[in-house]
Amino acid sequence: MDVVCSSRPLWAVLVSMIAAFLILATGEKNRNIRESWTIIAALIKFLIVFSMIPLILQGKVIEYTLFTFYPGICLQFRVDAFGMMFGLVASSLWIATSFYSIGYVRSLNEHAQTRYFFAFAMCLSSAIGIAFSANLLTFLVFYEILTIATYPLVAHKETPEAIIGGRKYLVYTLVAGCVLLFAIAMTYYLTGTLDFKAGGFIGEGSGSNGILILLFIMFILGFGVKAGIMPMHEWLPTAMVAPTPVSALLHAVAVVKAGVFGCLRVILYVFGPNLLHDLGLWILLAYFISITVVGAGLLALGQDHLKRRLAFSTINNLAIIILGAILLTKSSMTGGILHLANHAFMKITLFFCAGAIYVKTHKEYVSQLDGVGRQMPMTMGAFAIGALGLSGLPPINGFISKWFLCLGALEAKQIVFLFVFLTSAMLDAAFFFPIIYNSFFKKLPAGIVPHFDEAPMLMVIPITITALLSIIFGIAPDAFVSFFSIASLAVQNILGAG
Amino acid sequence: MAEQFPALIIVVPLIAAFFIPLIGWWKKQLCYPWVVAVLVVTFISSLGIINTVMTTGKFSYRLGGWAPPWGIEYALDYLSAFMLVIVSFISLMVAVYSKKSVEKELPEKTVPFYTLFLLLITGLLGIVITGDVFNLFVFLEISSLSCYALIAIGEEGAPIAAFNYVIMGTIGACFYLLGVGYLYVATGSLNMADLAVILPNMYHSKIILVAFAFFTVGIMIKGAIFPLHIWMPDAYSTAPSAVSALIAPLMTKVAAYVMIRIMFTIFQPRFSVETVPVMTILGWLSFIAIFAGGIKALAQTDLKKMLVYILVAEVGYIVMGVSVANKIGLTGAILHILNDAFMMACLFLIVGAISYRIGTRDIHKLHNLNKIMPFTMGAFTITALSMVGIPPACGFFSKWYLILGTIEAGQWAFAAALLCSSLINAVLFFRVIECAYFKPMEPAYANDGGETHMAQRDEAPLTMLVPIVIMAAGIILLGIFSGNIISSIIQFAVPASF
Repeated sequence: MDVVCSSRPLWAVLVSMIAAFLILATGEKNRNIRESWTIIAALIKFLIVFSMIPLILQGKVIEYTLFTFYPGICLQFRVDAFGMMFGLVASSLWIATSFYSIGYVRSLNEHAQTRYFFAFAMCLSSAIGIAFSANLLTFLVFYEILTIATYPLVAHKETPEAIIGGRKYLVYTLVAGCVLLFAIAMTYYLTGTLDFKAGGFIGEGSGSNGILILLFIMFILGFGVKAGIMPMHEWLPTAMVAPTPVSALLHAVAVVKAGVFGCLRVILYVFGPNLLHDLGLWILLAYFISITVVGAGLLALGQDHLKRRLAFSTINNLAIIILGAILLTKSSMTGGILHLANHAFMKITLFFCAGAIYVKTHKEYVSQLDGVGRQMPMTMGAFAIGALGLSGLPPINGFISKWFLCLGALEAKQIVFLFVFLTSAMLDAAFFFPIIYNSFFKKLPAGIVPHFDEAPMLMVIPITITALLSIIFGIAPDAFVSFFSIASLAVQNILGAG
Repeated sequence: MAEQFPALIIVVPLIAAFFIPLIGWWKKQLCYPWVVAVLVVTFISSLGIINTVMTTGKFSYRLGGWAPPWGIEYALDYLSAFMLVIVSFISLMVAVYSKKSVEKELPEKTVPFYTLFLLLITGLLGIVITGDVFNLFVFLEISSLSCYALIAIGEEGAPIAAFNYVIMGTIGACFYLLGVGYLYVATGSLNMADLAVILPNMYHSKIILVAFAFFTVGIMIKGAIFPLHIWMPDAYSTAPSAVSALIAPLMTKVAAYVMIRIMFTIFQPRFSVETVPVMTILGWLSFIAIFAGGIKALAQTDLKKMLVYILVAEVGYIVMGVSVANKIGLTGAILHILNDAFMMACLFLIVGAISYRIGTRDIHKLHNLNKIMPFTMGAFTITALSMVGIPPACGFFSKWYLILGTIEAGQWAFAAALLCSSLINAVLFFRVIECAYFKPMEPAYANDGGETHMAQRDEAPLTMLVPIVIMAAGIILLGIFSGNIISSIIQFAVPASF
């Protein structure tokens, strides 16, 4: 594989970190300047990431070594196809989230906005760091920064509820961080290296089967917390006390995706398909994940709080991504990796809508949404697109990834998982369609005349764009940033090596 | 000049200490610049020494030209040069910081304070630099005696605490001296290098065994190693702020240094590890120390008391790294001496600044501290994250090596203790952070657009703030450059027999 040395991955990480400190330095007094840092950094970051696509598509990887921690372990960036996928999703959606955030916090006149934007930029910086890490230790460094940077966002509202949400978040993620640290130290002890390698770097003889199985369980526990695998998902619905752009970020852009990304890295780049087959771990994890897929779907049905319902839908979809990867077939992996991106676009649309509804009407519960579609047709239209996409309806991008996932289940000759995928799609439909129906076809509560009254433009435009992108990626999966080619390339690398 | 640095580093502060009463008698305000100037000279000397060691390897300095083993020899290798830099740098920072806090806490006692302060530092530097076990005792007592007095001039309860410390410290010194006596009787030598040559032939001797036991217990008392730390919490928490900030990071670390010296330089690892089960005992004691310190810290509401108990746990880290007795564990221990010295110094400096400004150290009364003292709290957050072990702060890296060391030694319980301890630290520090950042005093300004008028910014004075910020920046830099520190210094500081 051709290696290109370039500092571009470093700059992609640094640009938002620098912006974070500029934001802090600018402070509350010069709001417009402060916000412009966010926007500028978001755009530059996206351009840097975007500029690396051609090289990746040629099958090259981009490397940059920053420091040596210890002989054999460096703080090193390596952009490969899979990392590119996550990097693209995070950096492109940050642009949308930035505009939306500005609209949101200004409409609600939130407090501590500087802290908010600072933490936001740090989150994105670490998300890109995670995407481009070349080894497990670098990964962990950014993963932990992400954990901490998200905390002030979760506890942002400073109400007792928010503080408890923040605490819960920290407890779950820091414990997971410790488990990971141990697992990584163990990996280093067993293999003497931590570098990700398509198809896995842990050889058969690195340790006894028992140790390797334990190691795998620890990795999945560690990353599974952020990925919301049941029964470690509890923090995620609780964290819904955070402002909506934060939830959108948590769910679609950075945090939970980082968890899923970590799981996939472990499955495909640390252990690798061959070892997982030999140890028989894949089928165990597949069944374990299926519980989350179906369980989260069922739980979502019972949620009246809109954001909590979305949270459970996220848990459900993340589990699908992991399930796709662990089935270890060509189509399922392609589907899983694609769904990482597709889910992001759809879910961020849904959260943006939830936020827009809150800003305009202060409604948070599904049962209050009767007739909102007549008041906010654009928002609810976008909501409908996202919801339909998650239920797997063509021509929205969710259909494509789900199609590949289903194919993958068949390729793995495991018909059970085909039903898991289909059930999950149906559950998605079951908990989203009532919202769409109620908001468009039920009447507003008596006394309120339906009139066009949308959220601020800074919010509606990002919503429309992400919704449209969901459709565009459904019709042309390779549009703009070649998600589909990159995903296939990643899978090709993994299978080619393994 | 350059070859006289080893003499200068001791003689300059020693002589300067005796000039302070004269200077203070003439003009009281001159004490502070005098002490700072002296410590700058010390710091430069220490840099000169480490530079010489790094370019030409280890060397020794014969005091008065007398040849060892009769004369006193200053042995300068990587470990002692490394310790000299730590001690002299942190004392310089604390000295810079001391101005305002001494003016406020000890307005009448400035002159004796600075005299004792310099003597204490001389003692610490002497312990580190000397290559003679009896000379080490002399410096140990210089530092201890000045330390007793410095603690006794502290706040309410300090005399009693200092008295306890005198009793315990004297017992410790006696044990150490007895150890020296036994060794002298058996070998006729006091020179460390000489002893290291003579002793291996006598490892079967009971006298040597007893001497080793006396050394161990003596150092455990002096270094507040669990369970002989009982004098420490009261003594360190009632001492004046500037004194706590000096002794908390340095006394314990220097004792840890002496322990490493005795166990791995004077005695060979094969004696310390194999002949007696001292490593196993120390390992399990530190295991208990980590939990006991952490749990006691949880019970404190006084920030300084909390830190003191955390210090018990942190000393446990270092002892644990020593006790696993392998190269990587010892690397972690030595790295943690450096990192923990920085973190503890920074924390104690911050606590001093908080009580200087706010007048309380109760962690439940620190509301809105981030608005009142933003820089101090920023530094506190960085240090807290480092204590929890969030990369890229330095605490993460020492923990990483310590965990690798315990894994290599097959001590799973120790690895678990280290991980649990970071979680306990997370609880401890996030309790404070939560209170300072996220708990508003009045609900009134939860939604007032970010502008607060209640909490006026009232940052610590510049002489206090500058050392705090330097230390906090140091914590990040030490983390980032930990790889370089290890490859250029620490890997040579680990005794060659590993």
